[in-house]
Amino acid sequence: MTRLTILRVFAKWMLPFVLLFALYVQAHGDLGPGGGFQAGVIFAAGIILYSLVFGLDAGRRFFPPRVAEALAALGILVYAGTGWAGLLVGGSYLDFPALSPQHPAHGQHWGVFSVELGVGLTVASVMTSIFFAFAARKASE
Amino acid sequence: MSGLPSLGDQWIVIPLLVLLACTAITIIRMRSLMAAVLLTGIFSFLSASWMLLLDAPDVAFTEAAVGAGLSTVLMLATLSLTGREAKPPVRGALRPLLLVLVTGAALVYGTLDMPHYGDPDAPIQRYPSPSYVDRVAAETEIPNVVTAVLASYRGYDTLGETTVIFTAGIGVLLLLRGRSRRTPTGRGPEES
Repeated sequence: MTRLTILRVFAKWMLPFVLLFALYVQAHGDLGPGGGFQAGVIFAAGIILYSLVFGLDAGRRFFPPRVAEALAALGILVYAGTGWAGLLVGGSYLDFPALSPQHPAHGQHWGVFSVELGVGLTVASVMTSIFFAFAARKASE
Repeated sequence: MSGLPSLGDQWIVIPLLVLLACTAITIIRMRSLMAAVLLTGIFSFLSASWMLLLDAPDVAFTEAAVGAGLSTVLMLATLSLTGREAKPPVRGALRPLLLVLVTGAALVYGTLDMPHYGDPDAPIQRYPSPSYVDRVAAETEIPNVVTAVLASYRGYDTLGETTVIFTAGIGVLLLLRGRSRRTPTGRGPEES
């Protein structure tokens, strides 16, 4: 935790925008640059900034490591589950157009959104977990 | 989607590449690991700017977020666990220099077969990009072709990549947590 006022105030002002920008990149991956991977990294960077300025314990309260680990696995499940959804409706694995036979482009949109969500969840959680692991190791020495 | 950068762009490209080379040489000559890590962050930002000029905003985005942001923080976290100074080299630099020169010559020899930069007849311009650029709009109605290719046409690859990230994260967690669980010291003093 830092006692420098400028850093604390600056981080506090920046943080909502960093997290909001991560959500924007996540949701607009099919319209502009970016996608799940970039959004996950930005989200993780926001949490890391918070942990660096306000202390590791504050960061862990905001995003508990157990939750992060569960979300990392959940992201893979969301991705793989989107693939299974294609099978369930009679298409092949990861077959997005099959999700909406009347309007294949809609199926593509849902599929891509869901897949990107899975990527974002996994990337954000894994990156944060790795940082927490490093920082906890330092704190325990 | 232009080929060669225009003359106006060249004024940015050349200083960018010169700065990239300067940063790389400074990193090599640096003994302070802390400064070297920060310079790799600068290197990543410069690369990101250059990729943006090459019409690759998705790659530039990733480079700025991962290369300059996350990996710099993780390298600094590693430095806080190890030391901040590199050990002076014990052996002479002759053999590594020779190795680097041979490898570099092989790479340059390899580029002789490559098409010229921005050549419209190059395979990268003809296959498979036009087919995807044409197909994406009609088949998926997704404006960002990169996302459509990554998430839809190459969905299996991206699933594999995400699994790799997950597996790598689990591996790092297992390695780093191993010791602290055996010697529980509770919550240490907070970082300064």
